[in-house]
Amino acid sequence: MSEQPVSEADLQAYADGKLPEERRTAVAAWLAAHPEDAERIESYRQLAAELRSSYDSVLDEPVPERLERTIRSGRVWQAAMVAGWVALGLALGAIAGWQLHGSRPALAPSADAADSMAHRAVVAHATYSPEVRHPVEVGADQEAHLVAWLSKRLGTQLRAPKLEAVGYSLVGGRLLPGENGPVAHFMYQCNRGTRVTLYVRADMGTNRSTAFRYAREGTVGVFYWVDSKLGYAVTSADISKEDLLNVANAAYQQLNPP
Amino acid sequence: MNEAKRLVELIPRLRRYARALVGDRATADDLVQDTLERAWAKLHLYRRGTDLRAWLFTVMHNVHVNRVRASRVTDTLEDEMPELAQRAPQGDALLVRDLDRAIGRLPAEQRAVLLLVTLEEMSYEEVARTLGIPIGTVMSRLSRARDKLRVMMQGQGVAAKLKVVK
Repeated sequence: MSEQPVSEADLQAYADGKLPEERRTAVAAWLAAHPEDAERIESYRQLAAELRSSYDSVLDEPVPERLERTIRSGRVWQAAMVAGWVALGLALGAIAGWQLHGSRPALAPSADAADSMAHRAVVAHATYSPEVRHPVEVGADQEAHLVAWLSKRLGTQLRAPKLEAVGYSLVGGRLLPGENGPVAHFMYQCNRGTRVTLYVRADMGTNRSTAFRYAREGTVGVFYWVDSKLGYAVTSADISKEDLLNVANAAYQQLNPP
Repeated sequence: MNEAKRLVELIPRLRRYARALVGDRATADDLVQDTLERAWAKLHLYRRGTDLRAWLFTVMHNVHVNRVRASRVTDTLEDEMPELAQRAPQGDALLVRDLDRAIGRLPAEQRAVLLLVTLEEMSYEEVARTLGIPIGTVMSRLSRARDKLRVMMQGQGVAAKLKVVK
């Protein structure tokens, strides 16, 4: 007998009608010689048909209004939010500009917790990123240990996002004192030596989320956001806002999966 | 906004999948609503030009997993719930369908694969991407789901005339 090897995956694909023409012919020939499998695959086809006929009627049911409303009212809501963020961004920019002139730390007083986190992230970046010999406490060669250690200290599972796709690789990280507790600080570097830091705090409280905000102090730009109890800030100096946004977006997508 | 329109258009398909996934209508529509809310809030993460349907089903999968996990905690607190009793009972006016019940008895991860392949008619690659699992895992779960379903349906309607080969 000259049988071609037919795998279980081939049989499944055959039942689903997903095999290319020539392969399908071959599998059909194989099934002709294996009646038990043929019977089994036929039952799979029937089950699939039965499944579709059982549930396809849902497609024709009128959609409950509450479901469509989720999108419709959401649209209005989001437009309002976007307008709010833009206004907030302008306000922050104005405050920061004004405060820099007055040589006071921007964003520090009277801003909410996210803004003060952004300020601390900027200071941390300015402090550690110029370090040549000791930029981090634990290097990327011990990444698993680093993440486990910081997770333990912050009391929540952290992740160091992979930023190779946007040109940055992990240098390492350190533990920092935050406003009310420990903070995790990850440092990344591109091949031109530009550094980006990710500041993570886990004590933002609950039920609060914000989307991206941007602030700039001197040459240091920061994108920051809050996802329930976790606050994140992606910070760098001497790269454009667009480049930093690109990096921050990559981090955001990994840290806040859909 | 174009995505909003497309999201609305996809609602019937989300409802069909959700119905098969969780069984009863109210729970299924709750799942759809949570999915839409989350999708709407996270729409900026969707990359234009990619498959919105696959992305939406990924969102639904994540929402579902979170909901099941949350209800598991309650279950174990209340009592040791038998694993087969995860589905809400059917409404009394409804005919209890054997196939529906059998699907409910499949392990959740196998059920998801079977339904995406059968109802959504996704390619195996799309299923792998949607659920975030390797394609080999898609194939083995599909195969196991069908095997179990076939055994369960034995003697009931569709597969009645077929013998189980042990």
